Amino acid sequence: MMDQNDAPIYEALLRYRDERIVPFDVPGHKHGKGNPELTAFLGRTCMEVDVNSMKPLDNLIHPVSVIRDAEMLAAEAFGARHCFFMINGGSSAVQAMIMSVCKEGDKIILPRNVHKSAINALVVSGIVPVYVDPGVNPKLGIPLGMSVDNVRKAIEANPEAKAVMVNNPTYYGVCADLKGIVELAHSHGMAVLADEAHGTHLYFGENMPINAMAAGADFAAVSMHKTGGSLTQSAFLLVGQNAAVTEGHVRAVINLTQTTSASYLLLASLDISRRNLATRGREMCRKMLESVEYAREEINKIGGYYAYADELADTPDFYAFDRTKLSIYTRDIGLAGIEVYDILRDSYDIQIEFGDIGNILAIITAGDRWKDIERLVSALSEIKRRFSKDKAGLFDHEYINPTVKISPHDAFYSEQESVPIGGSAGRISGESVMCYPPGIPIIAPGELITPEIIAYISYCKEKGCFMTGTEDLELNFIRVIK
Amino acid sequence: MELWFTEFHSNDAKMSIRVDKHLHSEQSEYQRIDVFESPEFGRFLTLDGLMMLTEKDEFMYHEMIVHVPMAAAPDVKNVLVIGAGDGGTIRELCRYDTIEHIDMAEIDGRVIDVCREFFPSTTCTLDDPRVHIHVEDGLKYVRSKENFYDLIIVDSTDPFGPGEGLFTSEFYGNCCKALTENGVLVNQHESPYYADDAKAMQRAHRRIREFFPICGVYQFHIPTYPSGHWLFGFASKTVDPLKFDAERWNSLGIKTRYYNTDLHRGSFAIPNYVKELLAKS
Repeated sequence: MMDQNDAPIYEALLRYRDERIVPFDVPGHKHGKGNPELTAFLGRTCMEVDVNSMKPLDNLIHPVSVIRDAEMLAAEAFGARHCFFMINGGSSAVQAMIMSVCKEGDKIILPRNVHKSAINALVVSGIVPVYVDPGVNPKLGIPLGMSVDNVRKAIEANPEAKAVMVNNPTYYGVCADLKGIVELAHSHGMAVLADEAHGTHLYFGENMPINAMAAGADFAAVSMHKTGGSLTQSAFLLVGQNAAVTEGHVRAVINLTQTTSASYLLLASLDISRRNLATRGREMCRKMLESVEYAREEINKIGGYYAYADELADTPDFYAFDRTKLSIYTRDIGLAGIEVYDILRDSYDIQIEFGDIGNILAIITAGDRWKDIERLVSALSEIKRRFSKDKAGLFDHEYINPTVKISPHDAFYSEQESVPIGGSAGRISGESVMCYPPGIPIIAPGELITPEIIAYISYCKEKGCFMTGTEDLELNFIRVIK
Repeated sequence: MELWFTEFHSNDAKMSIRVDKHLHSEQSEYQRIDVFESPEFGRFLTLDGLMMLTEKDEFMYHEMIVHVPMAAAPDVKNVLVIGAGDGGTIRELCRYDTIEHIDMAEIDGRVIDVCREFFPSTTCTLDDPRVHIHVEDGLKYVRSKENFYDLIIVDSTDPFGPGEGLFTSEFYGNCCKALTENGVLVNQHESPYYADDAKAMQRAHRRIREFFPICGVYQFHIPTYPSGHWLFGFASKTVDPLKFDAERWNSLGIKTRYYNTDLHRGSFAIPNYVKELLAKS
């Protein structure tokens, strides 16, 4: 009988290594012996288990033994009916869940501040978005969750839609009333898909906002690598207890785009991290929260910065706040978040998760040391002392509600031409533009380009945001519909 | 039976001291603390296996970290010492009647307790009424202070371990803010010889230079530290360490075994290769 102390993939890899199997299969580095430089860099332990699928190690595209066992344990740990191990990031999990419940021409209701991966799924599959205004916090300028009322309006206006997608939480830590949205959507026969890229800890911490499986959602895309401790690019796709899809159909959708040579380093990292979370997750979350609460208090003591928390969660579109997020509003010291982000790295050797126009976000987990948290707080105190400016002239919002003219799919595959971005107002965009991170499109294919959007893009560029999405790497030109 | 304490000074060079007795060993919240008795150096303290002080040669370090700034800035009233759980720096400071207030921020209370038990010769003035001990992270302690200290002494371990945060821009910037206009910052500045120590020295120098227009380095000799050649940094907005009143210091009648006012001048004369390393930092 298996329990959460087992890690079937990890244990199978240990057995494989101990048996000293002679590899006449791929990968060609042959346990690292064929690539001494790489082995010196990554270490032999790592190279010896970078192996291919084989009977004793199962196969991700059709799991029947150790991978299946590991997936069942993960499902149990997260309260899901089934769990898929994903090795192309949370992005692949987001795309698989959308494409499992919608097909070409179907409508999906979603907040516009979704991750690029969701919009990409619509481009690929021809699914049509119905955007719900997520609401904006007027002081911070950040997009929020969706209010249940706004979702109801979208559902009533689009009763044929197949699914509702929800960020739980957003990058900034904002949660919508997920349970309320699930009840509403289910009563209209729509599935609920939760993007929990930033929500792994919601399954293990105490007094956290509700997680998607507990709220009764049909799917959740969980980026284990973000706060769950696994290697970059690994994630879980969770299927809810009552979801109206079969495991086999979801796997068939996943296999459309998934590699047939899944990395065992990623799979083992998911397996070990799940075991760690299931057995020690509560304690890890407690430590994480303790560190964040301390940092938040110390940063607010500096003055000028606003490290926000629950106190803002009192509107229908800001239902709950994930207190493990250290989101800090910086505009009052006269610096854009991206400027603080750059100064932290360039002058203080501190890399944080992102800086946008008005905010920065530092990811804190059980892996952080107290002395490093002291460094972050002290560096922020110094940045205020040395670099603060007059705040006049700073852009005051992060989010512009777009006008959708045609579906992302139709826009992407239309006849397009490239025009200078400054002269593109009034045209329909053929591609996305976003700051990365956070990877939320400022404009997506099929949307109307407005002077306001152009001004915002050029402001982000000027402040030093890392802009992505366009074919033109310099972002001087944008592709528009002819 | 032979017992030896060995510390690696680089990957390929090590120093060993014959040990009579291992007097104490514990793992505190922050580090491993050990005390040994040796025939050559008397009692000595190590943290995470690295030599901190020996009874025989600690005077070289403690006299030089205190008397150089005190001779250069004789009107110091308020002092902050970061680290220094062994008490040696505090002992030297307490020899100045003109100092009114000493704060000491040591992150590891166990180091203080262990030193009080085994090193009475360095901890002898920790109970002086002017001394206020704060068991707290130095980086955090200094963050909230502004324009208060005339002298800050950073008597820290190496930049790898609990002392890591004390070799950063944010720390030196906070010190700059905590110092008065004529304040002086003296810091443990690593050694120029072995490559890893030299890198730490360069990084520290580069960062201190961002905040202080006067930014000197002075050297001393100590047998039990890697290479035996060690540095302190002297930084200030206004005080030039070489323009000091030697007679005034000598008139205090403080009896020292290492420091004297001639050596004070000479200690700022550093070898060419060290000058080059600092210039390149």
